[in-house]
Amino acid sequence: MHHGEIVLLRGPNGAGKTTLLKVCAGLVPVTSGTVEVLGRDLTRHRAAVRRRVGMLGHATFLYEDLTVTENLDFWSRAAGATRDDGRAALVRLGVAERLWDLPVRALSTGQRRRVSFASMVCRRPELWLLDEPHAGLDADGRDVIDELMAEAASVGATVLFASHELDRAEGIAHRTVTISGGVIG
Amino acid sequence: MADYLAQIRLVLVKDLRLELRSRIALGQVLPFAVLVLFLFAFALDPDGDVLEVATPGLFWVTVLFSAVLILQRTFALEADDGVLDALRLSGLAPSAIFLGKVSALVVQLLVLEAVLAVGVAVLYDVTFSGIGLLVLVALSATVGIAASGAIYGALSARLKSRDTLLPVLLLPLLAPVLISATRGFEIGLRHEAGGGWSWIGLLSVFALAYLALGAVLFRPLLEDA
Amino acid sequence: MTNTTTPRGDAPSAPAPVGTGSTGTRVLGAVALVLVALTALYGLVISPPDRQLGETIRIIYMHVPTVSVAYIAFIITAVSSAMYLWKRTEFWDLLGASSAELGVLFFALTILEGALWGKTTWGTFWEWEPRLTTSAVLLLVYIGYLAVRAIPADARTRATRSAIIGLVAVVNIPIVHKAVDWWRGLHQGRTVMSTIDPEMGGSQLVAMYLALLAGLIVFVWLLIHRFRVAFLAERAADSGLEHAIEQRRVEGATS
Repeated sequence: MHHGEIVLLRGPNGAGKTTLLKVCAGLVPVTSGTVEVLGRDLTRHRAAVRRRVGMLGHATFLYEDLTVTENLDFWSRAAGATRDDGRAALVRLGVAERLWDLPVRALSTGQRRRVSFASMVCRRPELWLLDEPHAGLDADGRDVIDELMAEAASVGATVLFASHELDRAEGIAHRTVTISGGVIG
Repeated sequence: MADYLAQIRLVLVKDLRLELRSRIALGQVLPFAVLVLFLFAFALDPDGDVLEVATPGLFWVTVLFSAVLILQRTFALEADDGVLDALRLSGLAPSAIFLGKVSALVVQLLVLEAVLAVGVAVLYDVTFSGIGLLVLVALSATVGIAASGAIYGALSARLKSRDTLLPVLLLPLLAPVLISATRGFEIGLRHEAGGGWSWIGLLSVFALAYLALGAVLFRPLLEDA
Repeated sequence: MTNTTTPRGDAPSAPAPVGTGSTGTRVLGAVALVLVALTALYGLVISPPDRQLGETIRIIYMHVPTVSVAYIAFIITAVSSAMYLWKRTEFWDLLGASSAELGVLFFALTILEGALWGKTTWGTFWEWEPRLTTSAVLLLVYIGYLAVRAIPADARTRATRSAIIGLVAVVNIPIVHKAVDWWRGLHQGRTVMSTIDPEMGGSQLVAMYLALLAGLIVFVWLLIHRFRVAFLAERAADSGLEHAIEQRRVEGATS
């Protein structure tokens, strides 16, 4: 994949889309062959790669008992960003301010998704790995996601996302990769 | 360096905030610990000398059991919701995560021990003399418990069998801490001079060894374990 | 192709071995047998009984080797653990695990001997004396190692977990020693075992050194075999995995 590219990953359930995303994030070890992400060999430099990668998965990656802002403050500062970056991301993702002081467990699925997205976005990763980013969001939310992906690509980040919503997905993706039975192509 | 300390502080504050919010140590484990004090009184005759003589040991056994519970709950929180993965992606140095966690655990355990001390003084009619020695023993023991507990807690965090595995792993490892802390408390309560220092020394060696080991091992631990 | 080494120069396409023996181990085994026989001879027959403890002192010819071997085994595990975390090769992982198993075995033997000796000498199976107590604690610590090793996981995860425990446990050994010695050492009660009595002379010393040597050789023999068994088990698991991946591919291609 190249800088500024948006790539759609599609395939049937169980084909290995989630696994591929996790491997690129350096979350799952490479057992054979080589993988290079952002110019670094993943088998040896997993930790270095991770800092520049952002992932949105099925799990929320948020502390349920902490509030929205507490989560964002923590995750943004952990990545070296500022609290303001975190708050700005919340606004961008359309998370209403009245929700900010609520614990994450009090939010609906869609709202949690937006908060997870915000915590990824504020870190400004160079590689976006999104596992079904549109799932659980209303039409409004999906538009925001599409905008964000396009913006990211325009500043040189690379986006790899897996989706079952082929109509919408193929609209924004530059190209498509199909995976089936654990094999690409 | 300042960045590194800031990272530790970030994790520490986050963990303490989580504690305040979810009230694990205070809300669940503390009542359990006080309950254990009562159980010991029921099991051993409170009228004789047994309870008073056994107080140091009972105190530290209760602390150990409580520590296991706190560790289980703390790391369960981390393992759920993919937060552990998020921590790996976060850009925080693993050793900073470790030290932050250990610091938070030390705070939680010290609060627990303080309340237990009050409980013991009241229920077992024990007077605490030699406070200085007792505090030093408690501090060094607590850091050791927190450090080794954090290592094993993180290791068992993702396992389904974590609730039975963690005590099996941790309690034998903490045997020397139990021995040393109990002897230290005995000496402190009997107001003997001088004898407690070697125990404090041993506890400190344990604490430092596991702090160092944990800081080094936390990276492979987070990654692969 | 898997990310592991194939030690001992085995070619991947060689036919599966039917056992873990080799010329080397047969020689080693023969030497071990001879040494054990000699030790029995010197220990049980030739060397004189102790002035104070009588015939029961003879257990020391088993005790010192088993406890020494147990410690050596755990040190090997610790070194292997560190090497694994550094090099990440399967060799170090399997070596550490095999050694830990043997360490547990020898520690258990040590405790058993202590119990038997205590029973014949003092009439009780257990005394809270330093050596027995320390052995018991360390045994529990390393049983934890085996427990974690038994948890199903992919090779790398299991190896990392084991390595961490191997290192955490070994650091504890001297601390447990000190704590127990200070604690129980104050009680001049019955000691089950003592170390090599400096007054030992002549055939007693010979028996002792023979016993140590025998113990070491037996340990090495067991270690080599255990390591090979573990290695073969990994290869069997690998081929099972490749088979499963192939099946997935077939399913994927036909769906």
